[in-house]
Amino acid sequence: MTDPLSPPPKKDPQKRTRVPALPSGMRSRAALGLAVAAAEGRFMLQGCEACGALQYPPRDACSTCLSVDLKWRDVEPTGQLIAETTVRTSTSVYFRERTPWRVGSVKLDAGPSVMAHVHGDVAREAAVRLINRLDKSGQGVFFALPVDGSANMADDPQLRELTADPKFRRVLITDARNENSVALAKAFADAGATTIFVGEPEGWRPYPHRAALAAIANVAIVPLDVTDTQSVTELAGEIGGKTDILVNNARFIRPGGIMDRGDTVFARDEFETNVLGLMRLAQAFGPPMRNRGADGVNSAAAWVNILSVYAYANMPAYGVFSASNAAALSLSQCLRAEMAPGGVRVLNVYTGPTEDEWHQPLPPPKVAPSALARSVVAGLKDGLEDVYVGDVAKDLIERWRQGPKLLEREMIAEAGEAR
Amino acid sequence: MARARQAYDGVVLAAPTTIPYQRFSTETAHWWIARALAECLKTAGIRPAELDGFAVSSFSLFPDTAVGLTQHLGLTPRWLDHIPMGGASGIAALRRAARAVQAGDVDVVACVAGDTNQVDSFRRMLSSFSRFAQDASYPYGAGGPNASFALLTDHYMQKFGATREDFGRICVAQRDNALKNPHAVMKAPLTLDQYLSARMISDPIALFDCVMPVAGSEAFLVMREDDARAAGLPHAHIRSTIERHNAFPEDAIQMRGGWAMDIDELYAMADAKSDDIDLLQTYDDYPVISMMQFEDLGFCAKGEGPEFVRGKDLTIDGDFPHNTSGGQLSAGQAGAAGGYIGLVEAIRQVTGTAGPTQVAGARTAMVSGFGMINYDRGVCSNAAIISGAGA
Ligand SMILES: [Zn+2]
Repeated sequence: MTDPLSPPPKKDPQKRTRVPALPSGMRSRAALGLAVAAAEGRFMLQGCEACGALQYPPRDACSTCLSVDLKWRDVEPTGQLIAETTVRTSTSVYFRERTPWRVGSVKLDAGPSVMAHVHGDVAREAAVRLINRLDKSGQGVFFALPVDGSANMADDPQLRELTADPKFRRVLITDARNENSVALAKAFADAGATTIFVGEPEGWRPYPHRAALAAIANVAIVPLDVTDTQSVTELAGEIGGKTDILVNNARFIRPGGIMDRGDTVFARDEFETNVLGLMRLAQAFGPPMRNRGADGVNSAAAWVNILSVYAYANMPAYGVFSASNAAALSLSQCLRAEMAPGGVRVLNVYTGPTEDEWHQPLPPPKVAPSALARSVVAGLKDGLEDVYVGDVAKDLIERWRQGPKLLEREMIAEAGEAR
Repeated sequence: MARARQAYDGVVLAAPTTIPYQRFSTETAHWWIARALAECLKTAGIRPAELDGFAVSSFSLFPDTAVGLTQHLGLTPRWLDHIPMGGASGIAALRRAARAVQAGDVDVVACVAGDTNQVDSFRRMLSSFSRFAQDASYPYGAGGPNASFALLTDHYMQKFGATREDFGRICVAQRDNALKNPHAVMKAPLTLDQYLSARMISDPIALFDCVMPVAGSEAFLVMREDDARAAGLPHAHIRSTIERHNAFPEDAIQMRGGWAMDIDELYAMADAKSDDIDLLQTYDDYPVISMMQFEDLGFCAKGEGPEFVRGKDLTIDGDFPHNTSGGQLSAGQAGAAGGYIGLVEAIRQVTGTAGPTQVAGARTAMVSGFGMINYDRGVCSNAAIISGAGA
């Protein structure tokens, strides 16, 4: 049985922070498909479109019929551990610092055998459930879990390397004034976060849910305005070195596209908060987080952006807001590359219309703050990098996958119907 | 039954050459290959510029291949081969060269394998060994071949009831043999207790299950029998060979090699039985692989390897002489030369020139090669039966 995780000892400021080392991230282009699937927590293998044979390791041609038409498909993630070893001597700095390290061969019920990391609670020769997750290098790897789970399963040190579990971590949530801040803070408290800093802009202006927010265990409300560089820098000077998870929750939103607005005032606000706010936060908090990617139980683990799914395809009724989110999505890809050397993941949580005053005219389904907060925490516990919350977001990304240009046309047509 | 294969009449193996291994070397693969080639040619009285054919195997020659070596070493051969099959390289070179000599495309081929071992070269080689290893095994603990063979060993132990003692018997016997080989890197005796109490590297693989990477080189000549006789060179006949790649891809984990597909042909072509084999040289990167070869090469049935080693004495003077120079486990693994060590020693044995490791009365040897853990299993396998002139 996994030993429950112990709270990290207080950090000795004299001691050098361990420099993040990474497992090898070198992969063939075909193998990157595993990372794409892992970002969403999907267990996928290549399947041959001609003969149906499943392939592993990832290939460029079918090992049964030589067809080059291979597509990634979801596969039943069950199998049996048929051999195992505990690596005690490794040529990699990353693994050397973490040995002993358990790996095994798993014969999938679906056919192929795969090498996988193995959870400490899996018995010898036992049936296992495999997951595909991003490792610290940002590549997809397989991990074998006990089929029925186990006590303290998430605390397994090998598994924790693949997740950004909030347990014993310190979180910064931006924008206390955002209606969803209460639900987010509560979800992190429930997940065992040690401290939940919530950034509050314009503290002199009252807002209805402040008391509820302040009442949540471990919450500390701190001054933070993401549109003000000095405010961001000051807070980073205080807590940048102990921010393990950052939730970029600030958003400025107004309905409307280009011509129904008479000027660019709201557009400026949208970009100031949604795009430049992300950038200011990343410039101040990114470097200390990246340096602390391997800093023990409460290492820096993840950066979360809450984005509109219309970052993928413009929704004309919220046309400028969509544009600001498209810019933020692009920046998040840049941030992901810059965080990678520290093994800190960037989780983008995409949502459709949310349950708030600015989306009031839209028909349901809309995403409630509690659902959003659940998805954020679940995504972190699962170590994901792409999460789609609610039916609207899930539907839209599916259509985007089928054809981004087709979706572009559909969005125009839907705008016409709504008029 | 496949069509009968043509015999290797008129072609022989000669001038077995070993350049003593070193634990680490600041020299290059080019240097090690040059030394083996020079000594091999000197034995046969051939000047380098006259060399007719050249086959090379090496892991650390990059960015060069056999092509670059011709200019580097001043060779002008009319037949050239570069064989990237790791532990299967020696027999693969023998097979290709023998047919070329037999057909008259070339009169003599120098087959050479060599590698250097610089301080960081092993780690660098592992991370980029093959695409599948890079994508699907190296990211899992980066334990290299130790971890891959640990999985095979673990599975073999579960399935067939082998114990660590069984593998220890193979290692201890080879150390015994190595003590008679002045060039072996391992010079201290090894007891079964020491084997069993050694530290774990990747369970159930412990320290003495692992070969020690070294620098070194090996060579031999494939030539016309008439030419060998004229030069007064002791020589060995090739009685049969087999080769197979990516055998049994449907096996969930490797518990047999390609030999199992072709072993009947190996004996039939040589018109021999397992009893006729005076000594066996297996590819021994890990003892479980040697045990699989005892089975797949017809000395016992699948799964009887553990029982087999309990009942046999695997030393030079024993009833089943095996890896008589100490093999890679005790003489060291000199990269691709690990695919030559058994073959070169076998040529010495059947020509009665093995010196301190000579098996009394050895006339016929079986040699097997095994190469390249491309992902989760060794892909290349081959074997040969060779005999000295008196056989
Ligand atoms: Zn196919």
